[in-house]
Amino acid sequence: MISSNSRVILEVRDLRASIGGIEILKGVNLTVRSGEVHAIMGPNGSGKSTFSKVLAGHPGYTVTRGEVIYNGKNLLDLPAEERAREGVFLAFQYPIEIPGVSNSSFLRLAYNTMQAHRGGEELDPLEFDDFIREKCKLVEMDPGFLDRSVNEGFSGGEKKRNEILQMAVLEPKLSILDETDSGLDIDALRIVASGVNKLMTPDNAMIMVTHYQRLLNYITPDFVHVMRSGRIIKTGGRELALELEARGYDWVRAEAAA
Amino acid sequence: MQNIESRDAWLTGLLPQTAGFAGPQWLDALRLEAADRVNTLHFPTMRDEDWRFSDFSLLRKTAFAVAEDAASGLTPAGIESFILPEAVASRLVFIDGVYAPQLSSTAALPQGVVAGNLMRELTAHDGAVRAHLARQAHQSDVFVALNTSHVRDGALVLIPKDTVCPVPIHLLFIATGGDAPQAIYPRCLIVAGPGSDCTLIEDYVALGPGSYCTAAVTEITVEENASVRHIRLQREARGAFHLGYGAVTLKRDSIYHANSLTFGARLSRHDLRVVQDGEGARCVLNGLALMAGRQLADTHTVIDHTVPNGKSEQLHKCIVDDGAHAVFNGKIFVRKNAQHTDAAQQSRNLLLSNKGRVDTKPQLEIFADDVKCSHGATVSQLEADEMFYLNSRGLDADAARNLLIYAFAEDIIDRIPVASLKQRLSKELSERILEHA
Ligand SMILES: Nc1ncnc2c1ncn2[C@@H]1O[C@H](COP(=O)(O)OP(=O)(O)OP(=O)(O)O)[C@@H](O)[C@H]1O
Ligand SMILES: [Mg+2]
Repeated sequence: MISSNSRVILEVRDLRASIGGIEILKGVNLTVRSGEVHAIMGPNGSGKSTFSKVLAGHPGYTVTRGEVIYNGKNLLDLPAEERAREGVFLAFQYPIEIPGVSNSSFLRLAYNTMQAHRGGEELDPLEFDDFIREKCKLVEMDPGFLDRSVNEGFSGGEKKRNEILQMAVLEPKLSILDETDSGLDIDALRIVASGVNKLMTPDNAMIMVTHYQRLLNYITPDFVHVMRSGRIIKTGGRELALELEARGYDWVRAEAAA
Repeated sequence: MQNIESRDAWLTGLLPQTAGFAGPQWLDALRLEAADRVNTLHFPTMRDEDWRFSDFSLLRKTAFAVAEDAASGLTPAGIESFILPEAVASRLVFIDGVYAPQLSSTAALPQGVVAGNLMRELTAHDGAVRAHLARQAHQSDVFVALNTSHVRDGALVLIPKDTVCPVPIHLLFIATGGDAPQAIYPRCLIVAGPGSDCTLIEDYVALGPGSYCTAAVTEITVEENASVRHIRLQREARGAFHLGYGAVTLKRDSIYHANSLTFGARLSRHDLRVVQDGEGARCVLNGLALMAGRQLADTHTVIDHTVPNGKSEQLHKCIVDDGAHAVFNGKIFVRKNAQHTDAAQQSRNLLLSNKGRVDTKPQLEIFADDVKCSHGATVSQLEADEMFYLNSRGLDADAARNLLIYAFAEDIIDRIPVASLKQRLSKELSERILEHA
């Protein structure tokens, strides 16, 4: 169980961000403590992916106001790669394909970069092969995918699984999963969710963006937030997700406006 | 008749001073005829349709001269970095255009295969040489004519009927890159006999940075049902000029598979003309140009389908950084008679800087009515979303950039059929990318 005195990992205060002069995030507030799982739901276009990308450091967005404190550091001061090295991980809603780069060499490069930063031991291709095969088991991924180009020609579900494999390899402290459940069939969802659960520890935390209660049957959130028009307009416990599934989003907006 | 005043002084200055080199009389006649042609041709400018994207006028600022005859005292140790383990005993080496027997070895070649210095072998193989030398390369190209006017040392490769050459043949042209601006005229003549099979590596490298000019001509005939894999590497010195001309004739059911890599030279041009002269011939042309600084690489290819049932596949990639400039002009002709031709051409370009420039012009000219042809060209930049994906996995901007560039080029390198070369080029590629990070 979560006690309110566990360590704060992420503190987002009045975050506003825009792209191409259009303000997308209009004052987001969120506190995430270690060991917690937060779900963010909300209608299409409400800013969930934008929020995820701004946290991960996408250079296309301009933060116009607010602050993000991550493990005591001002996260907005760091470029994306340093955020990643500090333990922030984003599982993309639409993972990028990189033809010509094998998945295993990409994973090894990322892992060794991280290890160098953490002062850990880097692995040569042979050592990494053993390491990565273990990680594949976690998401029941066929090691054949390691020899293929990163995400190239992967099905939607395979790409999502590959994102979680990367998460397993990088062992982040704060994971942001942007619609990792979309595109997964029932079996894959169960497998990926159980993989994610195994990666959760009392010391790390997770933000899951989803449209579906289905995922939350497997990964139990401590908090459910509703985002709308670039703001979190309601926060509740896991039961809120059920209510949203049953009633849609409009009542939340009405309630927030009242 | 050409008036003496209208001759181009720079061009005529390049013509051989002596009335001829050694060799039979027919060869002398060939040289003289080519020299005459040089006198009637002009230096290509951007007003010429085939040269309109690239300015070679810089070449005219230097008076190049053919190297003195003495091939330098190089030993195999001195050229070690260019030696390929697969071709240790199937290698011909030329230093500044002059054959270097002490660096060459053909011990691994099967009985009957001829691989040696053109000048030495031509009497013994008079018939084959006379039938093919200067028969394919376009004599109206001024650099081809210049080369022909200088024909002397060169590579002669004759693969007999039904002979499979188990090792690649490495034709290594080394420029010493000394202080004097040298003109180098490499020549390759290759005839792959009916049903034969071989791999050729035509390799231009440099020992020093000097400014020199290579004007190379390669003629290849692939006889019926023969198969030739041809790897062409242009790794000249950064200050050098390179004008390369390849002419390939494909006979019935033959296969020609080319991989051409362009990394070097200040200004370079590569013309490749493949004529499908026999039915059912097939060619695959893969090209990669990696340019940075103020380099220019101009690639002009022509695939000429003259008979039915031919197939051609072409993928040309350019990576352009800094203020470099890449040109690709790929013509495919499908003649009236060439029914059921299947031709596909792709030009893909990666532009890494705002100052860089890519001119790509795929051209299909189809005169037959029952054919399958496609072509396309793309110019892309490194995508911000791709960069972000890699950054979000901890890779910094340089590492991410290098990975994406490498990924863009990798499939061309991957298609090179000689393992050690593939490995070496892949390493060279990452080094060149890093150099410019
Ligand atoms: N480059 C851009 N220029 C203009 N508007 C943009 C840009 N990128 C995103 N937006 C807009 O920002 C809004 C929020 O998009 P975002 O992707 O964050 O939504 P989302 O909540 O993740 O939606 P979904 O549930 O469909 O994934 C959308 O209206 C989108 O059109
Ligand atoms: Mg989204």
